[in-house]
Amino acid sequence: MNISYKFYGGVHPSPHKNLTSDGAIKRVFVPKRVVLPLSQHTGSPAESIVKTGDSVKAFFEIAKATGFVSSPVHASISGKVTKISDSPTPTSNRALSIFIESQGDEDQDFKVRQRRDPNGLSAEELISIIKDAGIVGLGGAAFPTHVKLSPPKNKSIDTVILNGAECEPYLTCDQRLMIENPKEIFKGLEIILKILNAKDAYIAIEDNKQSAIYTIEKALPKNVKLAVLRTKYPQGAEKQIIRSVLNRAVPAGGLPMDVGCVVQNVQTAYAIYEAVYSGKPLIERAITLTGSCLKEPVNIRVRIGTALKDLVDFIGGFKKEPKKIIMGGPMMGLAQYTMDVPVVKGTSGVLFLSEEEIPRTRESVCIRCGKCIEVCPMQLVPTTLMYRVKKEFFSEAQALGIAGCFECGACAYECPAKIPLLDYMKYGKARI
Amino acid sequence: MNNPLIVSVGPHVYAKVSTKRIMWAVNLALIPAGAAGVFIFGVYSLYVIAASVLSAVVIEWAILAIRKKEIAVLDGSAILTGLLLAYNLPPGVPLWLPVSGSFFAIAIGKQVFGGLGHNIFNPALTGRAFLMVSWPVYMTTWQNPRWKVDAITTATPLALLKHNQLDLLKGTTYMDLFLGNRGGCIGEVCVVALLIGAAYLFWKKYISWHIPLTYIAVVAFLSWAFNGLSGPFTGEALFFVLSGGLVLGALFMATDYVTSPLSNKGKIIFGISCGALTFVIRKFSGYPEGVSYAILIMNAFVPIIDKFTHPKWFGWRKA
Repeated sequence: MNISYKFYGGVHPSPHKNLTSDGAIKRVFVPKRVVLPLSQHTGSPAESIVKTGDSVKAFFEIAKATGFVSSPVHASISGKVTKISDSPTPTSNRALSIFIESQGDEDQDFKVRQRRDPNGLSAEELISIIKDAGIVGLGGAAFPTHVKLSPPKNKSIDTVILNGAECEPYLTCDQRLMIENPKEIFKGLEIILKILNAKDAYIAIEDNKQSAIYTIEKALPKNVKLAVLRTKYPQGAEKQIIRSVLNRAVPAGGLPMDVGCVVQNVQTAYAIYEAVYSGKPLIERAITLTGSCLKEPVNIRVRIGTALKDLVDFIGGFKKEPKKIIMGGPMMGLAQYTMDVPVVKGTSGVLFLSEEEIPRTRESVCIRCGKCIEVCPMQLVPTTLMYRVKKEFFSEAQALGIAGCFECGACAYECPAKIPLLDYMKYGKARI
Repeated sequence: MNNPLIVSVGPHVYAKVSTKRIMWAVNLALIPAGAAGVFIFGVYSLYVIAASVLSAVVIEWAILAIRKKEIAVLDGSAILTGLLLAYNLPPGVPLWLPVSGSFFAIAIGKQVFGGLGHNIFNPALTGRAFLMVSWPVYMTTWQNPRWKVDAITTATPLALLKHNQLDLLKGTTYMDLFLGNRGGCIGEVCVVALLIGAAYLFWKKYISWHIPLTYIAVVAFLSWAFNGLSGPFTGEALFFVLSGGLVLGALFMATDYVTSPLSNKGKIIFGISCGALTFVIRKFSGYPEGVSYAILIMNAFVPIIDKFTHPKWFGWRKA
């Protein structure tokens, strides 16, 4: 089904997806050591239940959730806890992390722990399975999934949208997962529908992913509709995908549940399937490793906590030295300063970009062309906000809606004067 | 890893478009109209254009040097000002005239306000207004196209209308007006060349329909409704659209980014107001033509238009 609704604004960065879109997701690489930050999710950090010197077994919990909006962490390899200390994370902050090193003789493979049939389980039981498995939103925001699946009583959810838009350039792991595991994704979706008691379900894919559309369409259950979306960044953003699929506008400052909607990434649905059907906690995920600096760009299923340098060594190393390493896509991803950072739950890909791929630009003065207004998916006026923030008129910026900015970067991407508008937006948002 | 990695806030990729690219595209889009002007009025017009552009560039360079700013004369904006000023001059003006106009346009119209991006008024039109009040005779001495017998002095069609000399317009067809076979400013006469240039800018999405379409439509409507020779609703709308500087002004000067509103709603208000003012000046003032002053007056209203047409963001609700 083609979708005729349109969200406002958006840009068309070159996709670069063909670097990795045709290769199957490589199966698990088990590293010798992992670094597991206790704060890989939105919410309060988990609390370690192991100490230095302990032997831990893969797939078992090593840090427990602290409160409702929190998520536990599981050992992603078997081995010994060598230290628990501050370590760099992909968000550029340091966070308390558990270091595990394999001693060489442990069993690292997953054995099905518990075969469960979701039909025999209540919504509450399913939610606690999801919570205990440490599942968070795998699209990038890493919001604990069990929280999203527990809307307050007064909000009824009628529609679930599975997000397979993958609008960021370069990334193809969601696309590959939809090609390779469509049935499992839909089993995960069934569980989500059961928990929320929602009647409508959509899976939304951008129209540049024809092979994923083909496999998804073939596996499509009767109660799920396929929504083929225009290829336009940021199509995969929550409020934008709801607009595109359902033509509903999430109120400013509101959440999808305010319009009866829950959006879940396809990888999250897959993780839910694994947790419920086989008792597997979230200790690995599919990510895209790409960019012109890699000898062999790939999609690969990796254990959470694998350091970038180990990953790059495993897949064959560099062709040329990267100038910029980005966790996530090139639009919203975070630039890294070290290869010691680990893959975390919210990592959808890592880009190793060369000088040519990241043209450095010089800021010049705003010529009031209005491009930023045309592309802002939240219909803000980035140039006006930029002047407010520059002058530190933060309350004016707030009155002009700066809080609605979700930092997609479309304005800065399109700006002909190359003004780092997103920097100003972030700064302004931090100061209101 | 010997070389340090670059760390910055995203996005990490950018669109190819740049200020320079846009400015040069507009310059390119103006070439057909200028070439047509030179073809119609003779090679002297080329000297006028060259004097205007060169002096604009030199003055911009000098002022940036004095202000100790980065010398960005090749960003194309000074050239654009020079081109537009020349296009708004009669073909036979002495060469010191475009030089003085460029000086005023760049120095007073643009740099005094802080340079590119900060000026309130369209620099080229500021320069033209300065020349109009300083040397009105030169600025209203027109030439016929070079193939006409009395090639030296004539008047523009709008001036002939204003001074009730309509018999001199006999034999001038709409096709003549469309192709530029008439008296007028260097760059305004050949409407078809202006449209070709503008089509390129529309195709590149550097300008949008909001200002030009509303501007031209309002002039056409008001002229048809109130500027007829035999009562209301008898005006020849096409004549009023083709015979002055309207097409040049609406497509290339009212659409100037810096001096026009940001939002589409604001642009529509701007275009409608420019159209109404142009009509009022043409009909009721001593001047036969009103495009330049209409745009300049509306430039002054841009901040207030922006303030009151600030778009409501996605999901906005009345608090």
